[in-house]
Order: sequence, then C-alpha cells, then structure tokens
Amino acid sequence: MADRHLAPDTPELRARWGSFAFSPEVKAKADWHIAKYPEGRQKSAVMPLLDLAQRQVGEETGTQGWLPLPVMEYVAQYLDMPVIRVVEVATFYFMYNLVPVGKFHVQVCGTTPCVLRGSDNIIAACKKRGMVKGGVSADGLWTLTEVECMGNCATAPMVQINDDNYEDLTVDRLDAVLDALAAGETPKAGTQEPGRHTSEPSGGPTTLKQMVDANHDYRGEW
Amino acid sequence: MPKVTVDGVEIEVPAGATVLQACELAGKEIPRFCYHERLSIAGNCRMCLVEVKPGPPKPQASCALPATDGQDIRTDSQMVKTAREGVMEFLLINHPLDCPICDQGGECDLQDQAVAYGRGGSRYDMNKRAVTEKYMGPLIKTVMTRCIHCTRCVRFSEEIAGVDEIGALYRGEDMQITTYLEQAAEHELSANVIDLCPVGALTSRPYAFEARPWELRKTLSIDVSDAVGANITLQSKGREVMRALPRINDDVNEEWLSDKGRFMVDGLGKRRLDKVFLRKKGGLKPATWEEAFAAVAKAKPGKAIAAIAGDMVDCETMFAAKALLKACGSGLLEGRQTGMDYDVSNLAAVAFNSTFAGIETADAVLIVGSHIRWEAPLVNVRLRKAVKRGAKVYIIGPRWDPTYPATFLGEDLSVLSKLPKDLVDAFKGAERPAIIMGGAALAKGALGAGLAAAEKLKVVRDGWNGFNVLHFSAARMGGLMLGYAQKGGMADIAAAKPKVVLSLGADEMDFEPFADALKVYIGHHGDKGAHAADIVLPAASFAEKDGTYVNTEGRVQFAEKAVFAPGDAREDWTILRALADALGVSVGFDSYAELQAAMIAEVPSLGEEGLADLGALPKADSKAKAEGAISAYPIKDFYLTNPIARASAVMQQCSAELLHGEELKEAAE
Repeated sequence: MADRHLAPDTPELRARWGSFAFSPEVKAKADWHIAKYPEGRQKSAVMPLLDLAQRQVGEETGTQGWLPLPVMEYVAQYLDMPVIRVVEVATFYFMYNLVPVGKFHVQVCGTTPCVLRGSDNIIAACKKRGMVKGGVSADGLWTLTEVECMGNCATAPMVQINDDNYEDLTVDRLDAVLDALAAGETPKAGTQEPGRHTSEPSGGPTTLKQMVDANHDYRGEW
Repeated sequence: MPKVTVDGVEIEVPAGATVLQACELAGKEIPRFCYHERLSIAGNCRMCLVEVKPGPPKPQASCALPATDGQDIRTDSQMVKTAREGVMEFLLINHPLDCPICDQGGECDLQDQAVAYGRGGSRYDMNKRAVTEKYMGPLIKTVMTRCIHCTRCVRFSEEIAGVDEIGALYRGEDMQITTYLEQAAEHELSANVIDLCPVGALTSRPYAFEARPWELRKTLSIDVSDAVGANITLQSKGREVMRALPRINDDVNEEWLSDKGRFMVDGLGKRRLDKVFLRKKGGLKPATWEEAFAAVAKAKPGKAIAAIAGDMVDCETMFAAKALLKACGSGLLEGRQTGMDYDVSNLAAVAFNSTFAGIETADAVLIVGSHIRWEAPLVNVRLRKAVKRGAKVYIIGPRWDPTYPATFLGEDLSVLSKLPKDLVDAFKGAERPAIIMGGAALAKGALGAGLAAAEKLKVVRDGWNGFNVLHFSAARMGGLMLGYAQKGGMADIAAAKPKVVLSLGADEMDFEPFADALKVYIGHHGDKGAHAADIVLPAASFAEKDGTYVNTEGRVQFAEKAVFAPGDAREDWTILRALADALGVSVGFDSYAELQAAMIAEVPSLGEEGLADLGALPKADSKAKAEGAISAYPIKDFYLTNPIARASAVMQQCSAELLHGEELKEAAE
C-alpha cells in the first residue's frame, strides 16, 4: 500500500495556500455539485469539491495538483462541515494527493495480473528515467506511485497518468508515451497494442466469432 | 413484538431491537467492541458474530441485524465459536501484547474477551503495525498502536459531545484515530472517550501508571462540581482518591461525566486545610481546637451568628449549622453566596421540574441566561438529543456555542415580556415546551418574568412541567430545602451585622461587609474563604464524609465516605457539634445517625433517595418584568469553579491550555 501522509502544517504552507479560494469558474462548478443535494446536505458534495480544489491547485502549480491543509480547510468552510471530516475523506481515497506531485503522476499498477505481464519492468523503466516513488523527479515532471488494481487486467500491464490510462505496455511503448508527454504532446490513451481497440482479445475474437459482422442465432447449436 | 429463538429458547423482543439486544434479553453474553448502547451502530469490529437462520449460511454481525419474527439465533454453535476466535485473532494481529505496561490492564475489554473468546495463541509471526502517538490534550493519553479501530471515540465526539474533532484518517491497516492536526480535544466531556475506549489506546493522562483497578477501593459518591449530581464511583488507594468514574444512572448522567467532575479529584490532596488556624497579629497561625473554640466562645455572639453555606457542602452539614444557629436563636442562613435574592417561597419555581430525562423529549426550549455547556455539560447533552429529535432552541444571553442549532435572541432580558413571534409560534405548536432559567437570569431578578413567560407560553400541561431552573452549585437545592435563603439574600445577612459568621466552605462570597465580625471558616481547602477568615477549622471534603446532596431537579442522592480527611481535619458536623458545646447551647444530636434523623424529621424528603416532591408552580405575577442585559455568565472559567478544582493541577492545566491557550501562545511569542 502506498505510504500516505499529510504534508506538515508549516508557516510556509500557510503562507502559500492560506488565501486559497475557488476561481469563479471552479466556484460555478462547485455550486453546481452542491445543488445536486437537498438543502442542508451540502456536505455530500465534499468529494467533487476536493477534486475541483486539487485540480485548481494543479493549475496554479503546473502539476497534477494536491491538497494542502489550508485548501482542505477552505473546502470544509465552503461546505460548512468540520475539517476533520474533510481530511478523513481526503486521506481515504488515493485519488487525492496529500503531498505535492509532479506535472505527470505516473501510477503503475502492481497487482497480480500486471505483475504477471511485466509491471516490474515498467516500474524499473520509470525509475531509470529518474522517477522516485512518492516524490517529484528532479525536473519537476514526474511522480511515481505503485497502485493496486485499476481494473485493466485484460490489457495489463498498465499505468495511469493523470486522467488517462495507458495499457498493453512494454518498456518501449511506455518510453514512447512518456517522451510524448514530456514533449508536450498528447499520446493516444488506452491500449498501445497496434490493431487493438479496447480490451477485446488480442489476435481477434476467440468466441462468438460469427457475431463479429452480423447477428447470429446460436441457439440451434446448443 | 417479534418472537425469536435464542439457543433454543423462544423469547419476545421489542420491535426494532437488534439480534444482539435479543440475545442479551435471553441472558446470553455477546462479546463486542464497537457496539455501544448510547452511540450509533458502526458494525466494524465483527466481534458480535452469531449464527442466524433464516439468512446466509455464515456468521452475522448481531449488532447491526434487526431481530425479526421467527429468527433462530445461535450463540453457542461451533460456527460462532470459530468466528469469534477468528475475529479475535485478527484483532490481536496488530495489537501489541504490552498489557503489563498498559493502564487499561485489568479493565480491558480486549483482554477479557481474548481470554473468554480467543483461541489462546496467534499464528501471526510477521511485523506488527506501529502508530505514532497522537496528542489529544492534557486529559487523554494516547497509545495508538493499541487502537483496534472501533470508532467509539469518533462517534462519541460527533454524536454526544457535538464537537467534531476526533476522526479516522487513512484507510485499512493504515487507519489512524486522531484529532485535526493533533489539537487538544476541547469540550467539557472529552474524557468520556477514555471510558468508551475498549482497549488501552485512550487512557487517562493524569491517572497514568498510578494504580491497577484491582487495588482500588470503590465508593459510591456524587459529583459536586455542578448541580447535576452525576453519579460517580470514587476509587481510592490507601488514603488517596485516585480517580472518579461515572456510574450509570439514566435519570441523571446516563453514563457520562464532565471533565471537571472526573479530574478535579487530584485537588483533594492539594492546598488542604489540615490544621486549625487562628488569626494573630494579622497572620493565620496554627493553633489547637481548644484555642479556636475558646476564641469563638469569647466573641459571645448570642443571637448575632450567621451561617453561609458553600457550593459543595452536603445537607447534613447545613442542617448541623442550622441546628446550631437555631439553638443560639438565630436564623441567619444563606447559601446564595454571590448575593442572589430570588424568591424561594415556592421551591418548585427554582427547580428543574421537567427532569433531565424529560428535557430530552422537549420540542421547544427557551434558555434564559444560562451557558449550559459550562454550567451543566450533561444537561447540554440532553438538549442536544432533544434538538436531534427536532426541538427548537432559543437562547437569551451572550453568545456561546451550544453544539446544536439555536436562535440567540440577544442579551436583553426585556425580551421575556415581549417574546418574538416565531418563538411564540414554535411554543404554540409544541407538545412539550420548556423554559430553562440560568444563574445569570436569576441574578438579574428575572425569575418572576420567567414564570410569567412560562404561564403565557403554557409550559405547564397535563403530565408535563416545563419550567426549569438550572443551578450550578451542588449544595443549592439542598440549601434551599433547608431554608438557607434570606429574603434579601446576602444583603440581609450583612444588614443584620452578625458578630460571628460561619462560612461552611463558602469561597465565592464577599467578606467585605463582615469586616467587624469574627469569620470562622469551616472548610477543606485554603482558598478565598480561608484567606479572609479569622479562624480556620479544617473539615472534610465531599469524598471524606457521608452526605446527602440534592441536585437541581430536586433529586435527593446519598454519597458515601471514600477516604479519611487529612491531618486534623474532621467531618463538618462534628466541628459544629463541638462548637455548640463551646457556645454552651444544645443542638440535640450526638451522632451522625441522630443528626440525620433530626434532619429527615424536619425535611422528610431528604430521607428518601429520588425526586423530592416540591409541589406545583406558584401562580405567576403577570406584571413581573425583567430588565437589563446579561453582560456575562457567572462562570468565567469552566475548569476552576470550586476550591477543589482550583487546587487541582490537572484543572489548572486544562484552564491554561484549553481556555487560555491562545493567550499563552501570544505571550510566548
């Protein structure tokens, strides 16, 4: 499991984030989320609001974003709820970063199917590029995290970088993706296997082959 | 009423009961950690697993499963035994085996249940989890490695105390219980989480490594730190009271206790008066009892003798002093030290008539001049429950944080005679409306206006009396029942110019008007009263004598003697009895039993534990008007309201850190 901890509450942190407030666009989105819940139940919107806050922090710092304590306090105040309840939510879900991350948060799946398909190599390749687990690389671009199953076992191994998944990876394919990201391009998300669309069996279908082009009634064959 | 079968015995259980409650009704013990009768159901410890048919063929958490008709529940099957052993083994995987150095040892749910339901050994041989300690203030000591994540403390602070400050951060095996940024828990009931914690994760900091539970002698007593009269057990080792723990009494304190009542007991051993002192040449010098009694006799008070009762004295002491004064021919008795002079011709008008259990069911409450969180934290818990059930609360007086939504109507008491429309509407629609008058309102003479408002708002109905006065001195109701009240309050006593003033542990009174009188302080702590006295006679505190106390509801309760008073200190009644001899009068009792019998003969209700019948409310004077604004509440510092608490190092630390923490920080900078 990832070693998670809250960023320490320092005067520097307070100075940098103490005056955090939602920008007008984010505020509109936040209020839209709050309006989804009945009156007096505004605290149900804590998860989307934390996400919005994290994204705004990301925009302000040119990274994926994270949640400094003053920002969590702002969200708590915005939703009129105790700050400890906000921190409970933020520390529970791994999608909320509790410490600063790089511009690209590379989350490599390290659960069994991905390990069997070579995720160890993927992690090694990431480290070779200067990424450190839980930290930000020297160039400020990368943060590496090993995570548990992301539900892409059919296209293992995979990494999730910010909002996109990259699947069917080899070391070369990962390097290509990372190079493209570093160069400011937007590589194709999803499977990196040529000819594959999503998670269908590689090498074409193995069952229900007659269904590929047209509907077919199998019932007579049972 | 569903019928269920528990281990082959069919019983009927109340509708809405859980399987766990059904098993308890059938007399079966169900082990549990997270389940607690007074908290919401969490269902996360899994210790209460039982076998239930019909249902999935696996053990079920009985605390969260409703009992339904026709259930066949087994608590003695092999499946249940194996399930309990399994859960216990998992709980112990990360729990350190440090019982020898753990303060919970001997009163630990985990220890007891591991013996009763565990499998005897662990198959786990890898590293255990370790969690750093969390700071939770001067009262709660934490060893979070021992935490089994039952979340009772989290639920208590959210649901009962109403201050969301404890939370569970992170997840899974990384889960940690903490306060936000490890700030101290800042409410008046915080230490109850120590009792709730089933393991040694949260223990008492002042009591750390002091004693083992089996070494302590337990004495049933009554908390005298406020007028709630919470039922407590004083636990003593040798001659020292080590700690006070709440006893369960659903009518009074449920099973909670305020931090002050719990932790002021260390003050019982500090600043004690353990010698007789006489004022000679301006200074208090040690003396003998004979010298002291001779000095009182020399003053020849005759009829000019007065007695002022302190906030923590028992009824017997007050009655003994009353008997002494009566024998001298005086009736100068007063207990309202700060000079309040409200009308006490009808005691129902100055009691908490709805009872604490009743105020829970109120649906509209008007609080006049009472900072209830500080004056009676356990009553605030009841009000919080009422609000959760939909009650509307209005407060007249300066702002304080009630932990529940309440409408503040300003500080001006004249509001009582022209109540705002939404309040009147709320009370009109209410079935059980209530008014609570606090000390600040009584001091401003608003009792009459309160009664008038009560009549107007119809708070007295069939089977419901919603007019309440909330005192905050443990001795107050008892004192009023014994006649410790003058029409004009303390001013009348001062006007009578007594030659001798007996101060029965009265530390809050103003001694200025009695400059010419001989001031005899009969009390247990060297506080304001002893400083002003000419003669100090060392007496016993509430822990050192048997005594009857009456709480603000008019509930008569009896406290037992836990330890002996230190040094030369004597039980108060013996001092007063000896004084009678010195003054050459007869009080008519020679033993405690005789004293008590005489007291009960005079005020029969003091002889029966339970609610005293104080009669019906008086007819209100509809012209009564209250004027003036409440500028502040009488309690300035929750932790330092009485001489025992002021002597207590723990209470001083609480006051400094929790109430004046900001000032300290500024001073340090």
